Amino acid sequence: MAERSPATRRGLRFVLGGVFAFLYLPIAVLVALSFNEGGMPTAWTGFSAKWYGALLSNGDILSAAGNTLIVGTVSTLVATVLGTLLALGIETRRRKGRALEALVFAPMIIPDIVLAIALLSFFSLLKVPMGLHTIVVSHVVFNLAFVSAVVRARLKTFDWSVTEASLDLGASAFTTFRRVTLPLILPAVIAGALLAFTLSVDEFIIAFFTAGAGRASTTLPMQIFAMIRFGVTPEINALATIVMLVSVSALTLAQRLNKGVIAP
Amino acid sequence: MTRFLSIDGVTKRFGRVTAVDRLSLEIRENEFFALLGASGSGKTTLLRMLAGFETPEEGAIRLDGADIAHVAPNRRPVNLMFQSYALFPHMTVEGNIAYGLEMERLPRAEIAARVGEIMETTELAPMARRKPDQLSGGQRQRVALARALVKRPRLLLLDEPLGALDKKLRAAMQLELKRLQHEVGITFIVVTHDQEEALVMADRIAILKDGRLLQVGTPHEVYETPANRYAADFIGLMNFVEEAGRTLAIRPERIRLFPEIADRTTEGRVTARAYHGLDLMLHVATPLAPRPLVVRLTAEDADRRLVAEGDTVTLGWNDADTRNFSD
Repeated sequence: MAERSPATRRGLRFVLGGVFAFLYLPIAVLVALSFNEGGMPTAWTGFSAKWYGALLSNGDILSAAGNTLIVGTVSTLVATVLGTLLALGIETRRRKGRALEALVFAPMIIPDIVLAIALLSFFSLLKVPMGLHTIVVSHVVFNLAFVSAVVRARLKTFDWSVTEASLDLGASAFTTFRRVTLPLILPAVIAGALLAFTLSVDEFIIAFFTAGAGRASTTLPMQIFAMIRFGVTPEINALATIVMLVSVSALTLAQRLNKGVIAP
Repeated sequence: MTRFLSIDGVTKRFGRVTAVDRLSLEIRENEFFALLGASGSGKTTLLRMLAGFETPEEGAIRLDGADIAHVAPNRRPVNLMFQSYALFPHMTVEGNIAYGLEMERLPRAEIAARVGEIMETTELAPMARRKPDQLSGGQRQRVALARALVKRPRLLLLDEPLGALDKKLRAAMQLELKRLQHEVGITFIVVTHDQEEALVMADRIAILKDGRLLQVGTPHEVYETPANRYAADFIGLMNFVEEAGRTLAIRPERIRLFPEIADRTTEGRVTARAYHGLDLMLHVATPLAPRPLVVRLTAEDADRRLVAEGDTVTLGWNDADTRNFSD
């Protein structure tokens, strides 16, 4: 490739800077405003963590945070177990699994709103009373696809001869899974779980549709949506900053554990 | 007396391909046996059937008289050393070797003693706590071998055991494997595509082609009296000459240069010389064969009579040194 002139290089750097500013400036503003003492988005009146304190005394927010943790944890656990087994099943029976593969990944591609309406109709058709449990089930649906995608990416480069070696040395299929397969794919399994947890924590549409009536099953994104109808308050900025921090740390950890994890 | 291992009319198909075709073979106890063939000859499929990873559609595999053809791999007294070694990357050398004994639920002390012993034999003791990715190719190969041997199987299967090693190490390991086999007194069946390796290591060799058995015999038998043209061509170097409508095969070392007496003689022109240190290979174009004949001279012979490319030479041989494969 030809040497770029200094002017071109400066120009490219400027464009790159612009793109990053566009991506991250709003987030930076949000984080900054969450520490704004006066609480008005128009004027900086000094640094304060008081809005974070206000969050802790807001019962609605705390109960919504609790709900989100329950939904995130339970749906992640279920999706991780099922998704890992699914990935193993597909990869060990590759030749027959083409149609199955497409079915498994559909929830990743189907728009959330469609999935949300479908799940809502499904639950009402079966007359399932809705609440936190239906959100959990709905989150398992798409988390399953993400976990199995991450685990499958790892299994693509998996040397299956080690599982044969384990059988050859006298281990049962279960012992082989426990002592050989699982330890080797564990980083991908954990990465998949962290990704699933992140997706669940900030998922709004599907939770909104499948939560049913009543405040008891409000999750954090739903709570933020309810609060935002009365304007963006500094409390919301603080809450959003915390949610973002949790998501970013989970994703960073997932990336570190598993190079080449697919982004949501 | 029950035979040790008998493979009786075994057939294995993959879809429309017949990988192993009604193959029968007897293998003796404590034998170092080689399955030799080109890729696609069925040798690896046969080995995997012995290990239990493939099940034959027809036929029986009897070990000590009992049919094991349908016994799961983890329930046969047979171990396989994988071509890729298939070491457990998350376990140490020690952990890899102990794994098979832990599966037998042996007492800890016995496992430690047996692992220690095999690590001494295979000179792995200094690297007991290393992981496979911290080992050289030769060391990994020894771990794979130790891991299979420590189980003291009735039968040890080795899939291209030296395939991943460089040439010099291979030569050393060929003898090492043979020594080890004598020492542990376990029957070895080794799969190889390298005829030289089979000749050096094995007590007996089976030559396979297209899933069928072509010949079984000692290295000397398969080298000196090949059963057919394919076997003759596959093992070592072989010249084929046309003579009065017959195809005769003769080894390069049986052709003599400027012989004083010989049953057959022919003139030819030297097209190439290849110096190998111990010997010299001459390629001589003759009217008897479409391809130049390969003549192998010892360094001593080569020194006595210097021949250059383009020279015209007389070649000769005795009828007793040729084999007739007119078919």
